[in-house]
Amino acid sequence: MGDEIASSHVTLPVGIDPTRRAFEFRRVGSFLRGSEEGLWRWSARVASLIPLVGLVFVLTVLAIKAWPAIKVNGPGFLTRSNWIPGSTYGAPVRTDGVLHPVGSSYGAWSLIAGTLQTSAIALIVALPISLGTAFALTERLPRWLSRPISFFVEVLAGIPSVIIGLWGVLTLGPFLANHVYPFISNNMPNVPVLRYFKGSVGYGEGLLTSGLVLGLMIVPIIASTARDLFMQVPPLPKEGAEALGMTDAEVARRVTIPWVRSGLIGATVLGLGRALGETIAIAMITGSILGKVSPNIYGTMTTIAATIVSQLDSAATDGTGFAIATLAEAGLVLAVISVIVNVLARVIVNRTSQHVAPVGRG
Amino acid sequence: MATVTNSYPSTRWRRVRERLFRGMSLASLIFVIGPSIWLIADVVIRAVPHWQWSVLTTVPVGVGGGLENAILGTLVIMVGVFLIAGTIGVLTGIHFAELQRPRRNGKAGGNFLRLATEVMAGFPSIVLGYVGYVALCVGLHWGFSLLPALIVLSIMVTPYIAKATESALRQVPTNYREGAEALGMSTGYALRKVVIKSALPGIVTGLLIALAIAVGETAPLLYTAGITNSLPSASLIHQPIAYLTYYVWTDYNQPIKATQYLSFDAALILIVLVLVLLVSSRLLVNRTQRYAEGRR
Repeated sequence: MGDEIASSHVTLPVGIDPTRRAFEFRRVGSFLRGSEEGLWRWSARVASLIPLVGLVFVLTVLAIKAWPAIKVNGPGFLTRSNWIPGSTYGAPVRTDGVLHPVGSSYGAWSLIAGTLQTSAIALIVALPISLGTAFALTERLPRWLSRPISFFVEVLAGIPSVIIGLWGVLTLGPFLANHVYPFISNNMPNVPVLRYFKGSVGYGEGLLTSGLVLGLMIVPIIASTARDLFMQVPPLPKEGAEALGMTDAEVARRVTIPWVRSGLIGATVLGLGRALGETIAIAMITGSILGKVSPNIYGTMTTIAATIVSQLDSAATDGTGFAIATLAEAGLVLAVISVIVNVLARVIVNRTSQHVAPVGRG
Repeated sequence: MATVTNSYPSTRWRRVRERLFRGMSLASLIFVIGPSIWLIADVVIRAVPHWQWSVLTTVPVGVGGGLENAILGTLVIMVGVFLIAGTIGVLTGIHFAELQRPRRNGKAGGNFLRLATEVMAGFPSIVLGYVGYVALCVGLHWGFSLLPALIVLSIMVTPYIAKATESALRQVPTNYREGAEALGMSTGYALRKVVIKSALPGIVTGLLIALAIAVGETAPLLYTAGITNSLPSASLIHQPIAYLTYYVWTDYNQPIKATQYLSFDAALILIVLVLVLLVSSRLLVNRTQRYAEGRR
């Protein structure tokens, strides 16, 4: 009997305490008797708490470690662009009760800008390509061709980022810098926005290469989700639209994409989240120039994540621990951006999901 | 007449746009497949001409040697992640899909836990690695070792496994549960014998994908696992452990060719490992889909 009561999803009235207690008691009792359900239920409940506990733990550790740096660097940390560890030979000085090396001054604006720039390039490149790929896979290609290709796209998502970085820095970057960038740079008109594409193209390490590689990395995420979503669109509305004389492009724009809009936004934000946090590939390709926002789209720069991975080694040599604390502050900024993006995606998806189907449902 | 032609796009323009749409659609496919093949071919071309089978059986010596330590280390890390993240992830998925009670006001409940899991799925891996380094390696004095690496990686891939498990469980037909209940099975027994059993291929697929992710990670391991030239030891803490991605990341721009080759070899082994994991997960999906269609 105990099992059945515990298993049924009956919501108990709030006011009746004795029943409730007996109910809980019986459940604990059944657990002690080695009841399988209790075991499943409690272990699953504990396990499901672990991601939350992990998140809270990570954010707490970051905040505690970053606190000295936050006090010394002040709000200017978000707007300054310098990254000066200071002299570890001189006697450390004390500011606001925090010990730090003489002459150290940190500002993360160039890192934040680099993170946002690379992610923006990645999204601009990846979104149309992903949608096009998804359309090609669901609408245009025959099934025998589209199945292996969609599997290939999924495999691409699993290729380790360090390998993509290796290819980006050794092969793609030099190729683009020798054959593609000079062409763009020389032929771009010298007008306000497009001027950003002019100037020295460098050697292939830098903002545009990083953005393109990031784009390639997030295409599989967006494309495979978009493909699944497009396949969920029922055929009747599409056929109806075609019967009204719409072309494939119009069907896509007016029926298919609006039908799954919230899912597409979710997939895009998922890709954005990955782009913001991507570390190793970017650390290999950006050129790792600290404290400078790139003057044109080809310039070397760095991102928050790449800075943490490339600077942690040398930061550990700072005897006052201030460099480590500053990296924690940078990590906190990245974590906050990432959490906001993810939560925002959730809110957007929930809001638009009520207006998903503007065209009549089959 | 004029109003009609003005308010509707001309047929000619629509035709151009349609062509453009089809062309762009196929072009974007080429933009995805082209670089991917280029990328894989690049690694193969760099690694294969200098490939020696002794890479699999020797440890790094001086500027050359092999990668046995890293291959074994990666396998050890895989097993550890499979055990830790597998347990937590599958149980979390079961919680979300099967066991979560609705709240008293009738809503689904557990939204906050789910949100935390989703946020964790998108959390920057280097930040996790940093926290692992600061809190576990330094804070708890574990040093660079296996356990902090496993904890960080497990926290990272648990959401993927949970997600895969949840969707696999949601695909199990309600009939199965009702049938089990009608036969008088208790919920726990039915869960184990009927529900999880029929969702197992989906769950294993999620596990394999999570393992592929864990194998390919570098950032969270750099400052938690450390690096060593010796083979993995039995100790969970105080002993650094080698892994493949480290060699790709450190050795590709070394001045000595033998060291560079080590990097390319590691990249090749990684690609093969990841492909094996992903292809087997795919085969599993195909088999179960055939299964499911047959049974329906």
